[in-house]
Amino acid sequence: MADERTQTLTSLHPWAWWCWAIGIGIAVSGTTNPLLLALIATAMVAVVMLRRSDAPWARSVKTYLLLSLFVIGMRLFFQILLGGNHGETVLFTLPQVPLPDWAAGIQLGGTVTAEALTSTLYDALRLAVMLLCIGAANALANPRQALRSVPAALYEASVAVVIALSVAPQLIESVQRVRRARRLRGNSSTSLRTLGTIAMPVLADAVERSMSLAAGMESRGFGRTRGLPTKGTLPLMLVSSMVATAGVFLLLSTDFWALSLVLLAAGVTGATLGLRLAGRRLRVTAYRPHPWRARETLVAASGVLAAVVVLGLGWLDPDALGPALASLLDPAALTPSTNPLVWPGLSLPMLVVIGLVLAPIPLTRARHRAETASTRNDTRVRSLRPRAEIEPERELAWR
Amino acid sequence: MAVITFDEVSVTYPGAGRPTLERVSFELPEGDLCLVIGATGSGKSTLLGAINGLVPHFTGGTLRGRVIVDGRDTARHRPRDLADVVGYVGQDPLRGFVTDTVEDEIAYGMEQLGTDPVAMRKRVEETLDLMGIADLRRRPLTELSGGQQQRVAIAAVLAAQPRVLVLDEPTSALDPTAAQDVLAAISTLVHEVGLTVVLAEHRLERVMQAADSAIWLPGDGTATCGKPADVLAQATVTPPLAELARIAGWSRVPLSVREARRRALREDLVPAAPELPVNGTGPVVLSARDVEVRYGEVTAVRNVSLDLRGGTVTTLLGRNGAGKSSLLWALQGALTCAGEITVCGRDPRTLSAAGARRQVTLVPQTAADLLYLPSVGAECAQADAESDVAPGTTAKLLRTLGVDVPDDRDPRDLSEGQRLALVLAIQLAVRPPVLLLDEPTRGLDYRAKAELRRMIRTLAAQGVAVLISTHDVEFAAGASRRTLLMADGELIADATTADLLTSSPAYAPQMAKVFAPVPVLTPDDVARGL
Repeated sequence: MADERTQTLTSLHPWAWWCWAIGIGIAVSGTTNPLLLALIATAMVAVVMLRRSDAPWARSVKTYLLLSLFVIGMRLFFQILLGGNHGETVLFTLPQVPLPDWAAGIQLGGTVTAEALTSTLYDALRLAVMLLCIGAANALANPRQALRSVPAALYEASVAVVIALSVAPQLIESVQRVRRARRLRGNSSTSLRTLGTIAMPVLADAVERSMSLAAGMESRGFGRTRGLPTKGTLPLMLVSSMVATAGVFLLLSTDFWALSLVLLAAGVTGATLGLRLAGRRLRVTAYRPHPWRARETLVAASGVLAAVVVLGLGWLDPDALGPALASLLDPAALTPSTNPLVWPGLSLPMLVVIGLVLAPIPLTRARHRAETASTRNDTRVRSLRPRAEIEPERELAWR
Repeated sequence: MAVITFDEVSVTYPGAGRPTLERVSFELPEGDLCLVIGATGSGKSTLLGAINGLVPHFTGGTLRGRVIVDGRDTARHRPRDLADVVGYVGQDPLRGFVTDTVEDEIAYGMEQLGTDPVAMRKRVEETLDLMGIADLRRRPLTELSGGQQQRVAIAAVLAAQPRVLVLDEPTSALDPTAAQDVLAAISTLVHEVGLTVVLAEHRLERVMQAADSAIWLPGDGTATCGKPADVLAQATVTPPLAELARIAGWSRVPLSVREARRRALREDLVPAAPELPVNGTGPVVLSARDVEVRYGEVTAVRNVSLDLRGGTVTTLLGRNGAGKSSLLWALQGALTCAGEITVCGRDPRTLSAAGARRQVTLVPQTAADLLYLPSVGAECAQADAESDVAPGTTAKLLRTLGVDVPDDRDPRDLSEGQRLALVLAIQLAVRPPVLLLDEPTRGLDYRAKAELRRMIRTLAAQGVAVLISTHDVEFAAGASRRTLLMADGELIADATTADLLTSSPAYAPQMAKVFAPVPVLTPDDVARGL
């Protein structure tokens, strides 16, 4: 079936997208170079636009873009207002508000310097691009699909998350519906009291919906194949997670490299074993599980590699490198100086990082855009009607 | 061999004065299509829930007696243990969906049963084909139409290959064509697959011809079981054909239009054509010109012009999604729209919410959204305050609408019909000249619908202009003189109800089909004409 083929070719395992996005997020955390950040953001958006599906969750990237811009705007605003400005290049001076003694250390208004503003901008940009990474993962990978491939031991928890995921948009929809309805009663104010009167029917609706969902799941056999928990899994899980935590602690805070790595490995192995054992009590089968193929590995690896390149570069000591190598890799370019102000530059490794961000484009294909039969089921129309419905393929028999 | 056996079954919910079902006994043979009929609140859902054990395992309450389904006693088997025997589809399929795309939803039940992935793959394909939804396989469930959702919900339970299918009002929210689709699918399952189907339905006129047996719940906890024609003859639930049988003095209720038409011809039963009702001549109270409602790219209502006269009742028909709701909301002034709207010389869009409500009032599809106080008395008092009328006006109005309930009753405990009347009373307390009703007949049984018709007639007699959007042609036939038809956002027909309904095969009420070419619409018309 042609349709079938396109599906398997184009849809990537959701965890591959998450791995890629998280890797890039980590890479972003290691740099404040605005050129690199802007390029990563652009590449990220390009991948999302070219590779997202037209499912509802794929539209979330716009929200994340707006959120990122908001973060940058807020940071700059507070930097200008609450000052604490260092540096010499004064851009302009705001009238300074004298504050009482107990507010010592806080400055309201005053001089605004280019150095302080630039450093804030770089910092905000880093946070914004990290947000964008999460947004990209959200838009590219179906969150429900991602939860479907969690270990069987976490099955109940993932079901709870899935239900929460579906109830949230429904809740928003019923708030809209009830608000519209309330206007019909002549009540258009937005006071706190009105909010209370809206909450009642909305919550009643949410409870009713959850009950119908639970009844639906129950009558379709949910929980039927759940046996008793296997003995010994709980202590095993507890001990191994404690061992793993100790390993991480030693690794980060002391010099016992070998010991910490052994502890970490033992802990992770124990936890995996525990999850496996606990998963045995479930006999739920999976319909068309997403296969993990070479393509998934490559996409995930490109994210991990991007993180390794940036963090590794930051780790390097420029003085220990030869002059030729230092100018080629230029580790200092990752965090350009803002005092004194210098123009940020791009280096060869950064171009590699951009290439890794763009890697999913050649590795995957654009998703087949399903013809939406009708846009009538737009949420705004739907909020008028409790159930959206239209029979697009049928013409009314009318003479 | 009986696949479902009820043996002296009584169900009592905690706090209820009397059992909802009392000593109900019946046996359903394999392969039957059984119709469960009864007024709202007579225990239809309880009976259906008892079949797969949701009652009492999920809903609470006590069940006495025994329910045996395919040899399994529901006392010892929870609903999940019966999932491979009974497929249960609740009233609103969208609320019962667990996943987000069609294919995953169909596979969900099998995943829970631990079906082998290869077999599962095959069964999903078979089920998609059986229900004719293969082209929808990857669509998100929320973007499907009501009829499609209903078919997907049926497919989703069918995939687990149950022997019994239980459906709770599968067509109550669908337009006539979509309902026909779902019912056709169900009848295929009975005839081709040999499934046993138990079906609760308010609008019997569409399904009774296909039924093999019927269970009537009169509301006192008892149940009468038998052949549909016999059961309908004694039931107080009266679809138009049953009413016709009563008027004509037939002891056996004809189950289909064909049967009724043949008998009428044989007995030479021809009613006189009803007098052509005079269209209302009251003053024009609402006038709309070139109304257009857009949602971004989508035009939901396009160039609609209409006038409503005081003292007239008009129905608005059209497929699901034709723009009926949007038009009503636009006329109320609650939606931004282009065009001119004048109600008694003023544009409701320019008025405040409270002001617009005095000109034209709307009862939305989910009428309960308007209610938020804990008791009927409090709601009425609040409505008096909102409407600046003397205290007690709303409560009085509620009584004139024929509903007399204690003041301390929680609105959520009222029946659908009573709740609708309460919302009507609240909305009418300001005495608006125009009343808009969006799908008021949803979930109403025949008696409640007759009550609603009476209320509307009373209001029209007081000079109110009423516009009702509905899918229920039988209701439209009985309630209104004028009918508008919308398709794809446009008003495509505006005529007298008699002309419009009798000229359309999709929308013709049953009486019109039985006595064609005589333009009778309702059993009342027939009674008057004989």
